[in-house]
Amino acid sequence: MNLAVRDIRHNAGRFIFTTVGIGMLLMIVMGMGGIYRGLIHEATLLVDRVGADLWIVQGSTRGPFAEISRIPATLEDRVRAVPGVAQARRFVSHTIQREHNGQPLRMVVQGLSWPEDRGDWVPLVAGRALRQAHYEMIADQSLNLPLGSSIRLGKDSYQVVGLTRGMVGTGGDGLTFFTVSDAMAIQFDQPGEATRLERAARRARVENMDLGRLQPLLLERAAGLSGGIPALAPPQVSAVLVTLQPGTDEAAVRRTLGTWPDITVYSTQEQKDLLLAGMVDKARRQLGLFRVLLIIISTIIIALIIYTLTLDKIRDIALLKLIGARNGVIGGLILQQALLMGAFGYLLAWWIGQYAFPHFPRLVLIEPSDLVSLAMIVVVISTLASLLGIWKAMNVEPNTVLSA
Amino acid sequence: MKQATDPIIPAVEVTHLRKVYGSGHTEVVAMRDATLSIAPGEIVGMFGPSGSGKSTLLTAMALINPPTSGRISIGGKPVMDGPRALVDLRAFRREHLGFVFQKANLIPFLTALENVQIALEVNDTAPKAARKRAMELLDYLNIGPRANNLPVALSGGEQQRVAVARALANNPSLILADEPTAALDGPLGRQVMELFAKIAHERQAGVIVVTHDHRTLDVFDRILDVEDGMIQSRIP
Repeated sequence: MNLAVRDIRHNAGRFIFTTVGIGMLLMIVMGMGGIYRGLIHEATLLVDRVGADLWIVQGSTRGPFAEISRIPATLEDRVRAVPGVAQARRFVSHTIQREHNGQPLRMVVQGLSWPEDRGDWVPLVAGRALRQAHYEMIADQSLNLPLGSSIRLGKDSYQVVGLTRGMVGTGGDGLTFFTVSDAMAIQFDQPGEATRLERAARRARVENMDLGRLQPLLLERAAGLSGGIPALAPPQVSAVLVTLQPGTDEAAVRRTLGTWPDITVYSTQEQKDLLLAGMVDKARRQLGLFRVLLIIISTIIIALIIYTLTLDKIRDIALLKLIGARNGVIGGLILQQALLMGAFGYLLAWWIGQYAFPHFPRLVLIEPSDLVSLAMIVVVISTLASLLGIWKAMNVEPNTVLSA
Repeated sequence: MKQATDPIIPAVEVTHLRKVYGSGHTEVVAMRDATLSIAPGEIVGMFGPSGSGKSTLLTAMALINPPTSGRISIGGKPVMDGPRALVDLRAFRREHLGFVFQKANLIPFLTALENVQIALEVNDTAPKAARKRAMELLDYLNIGPRANNLPVALSGGEQQRVAVARALANNPSLILADEPTAALDGPLGRQVMELFAKIAHERQAGVIVVTHDHRTLDVFDRILDVEDGMIQSRIP
């Protein structure tokens, strides 16, 4: 005869309410684990998908995701000349926040090295890759930009020609793909007034120099287009992505590139490690601590409820001892109740999570291994939680049954 | 030379039992020097005012209240020597003793049948056999039709009969009852007392009943008067 089940049936209301509470707590524990997995997935998604063998970034930086990286766009041509390099692409990545339909819209702008890279590697759920050098974009569905719609960014409007699903940046903002030149135009866009002021400032600086006073043509150049001034720096990109020829020794290419003082080279795995060790690590620790706290709280709640249930039937336990029930029967009754509470709470957490997690703003990725780990944790905390009740039951004297 | 009859082994034998609660200024002597012997098949009524030591003696024989000194043997087996247990008390209670109290003390989350069945299962009876035996006992006590009711749905008399059935479950050699009819009305109380007498005589169990109800004196084979921790035996 299973005493635990019969007692639970008798105290169904209290058991159900407690189990629902435990289930909600475990759902949060489960969800936090899922958020952590989601963070990793989102952080490494682009690095995995973009399909580069090597990432060339600004010297002594850990860009372009962990920190800002600026390298000249012309580096692409230098890299192409390195033996073993099959392809080099400019890569621009930055996050912007603009107004769209009266709402703030955050997106990660990715520049594709047109015309070599048209975004054919981007997994589309609708539409197509880029077909022209300007004014087209691919957007993630999370941005709520319908296929065919247009959005004004800076001085230009861009039409959504392709849609992705689940393509987000490390901060959870949806990815958008433009050509590099469009991405840079969006990044470095400045109002006409700022441009005019900059030109006036340049002219003023030149006028104050002897050379400027002697060469009137210089004054004209200084007040004109930036591109007309040879001394100004070339356009900057975030990184150059390198694809190696099949069979090429990666280490040899890295040795060659390593002699260039203005860049740092990372492999795809190193780039992922940078992301995980830097951006995700603190979030992981934060979520981990919350999970530990919630697990402790769950344990305490189960322990208190089991203890209360034990106190409620202390005379029954005394009677069981009086009629000779072994400690195993009494301890088993309490342990089974704690385990059942934990097990039902866990199942409830999983079931509610199926419906709740997809509505979370960040990806919640529940891995089977995490479910198994949490199940084992629930078994452990349920067992620990039953100890207080078992201790109480073991100390009950059989003659308690005779007390009023 | 072969003996004509085997010596009768007492259901319970208590020798020079003394029980003292507290110590020093708070010392209370509950039982001074109790000696008694109950034969199998004998039903004994234990009478006495409150605080006379009846419950102390009963709980000592129930092996849940160790004496300060003296010996207790049950079914011929020494079980207590002073406060020292000579056997595994819980296992011994399981196999040899039956208890009935003033309150039925049924487990509220078990049905009448299950309340009897549990006493058998804790004594290693297989669930199916335990269920069959429990049902037989309930039928024997005329509450078979109420077997699947929870205690809350049973009357006081029905609950007490379930408690008696539980006490009988493992065929105990000694049944101890502490004011089993206190919560019952007169006719029902007498019915329960007669039931104990029937059990004692039919099953050859020693039955000790602590009671205040003098209307049931005729049911007992012997009366034990307990006062100030001393026992006197008489025939009713």
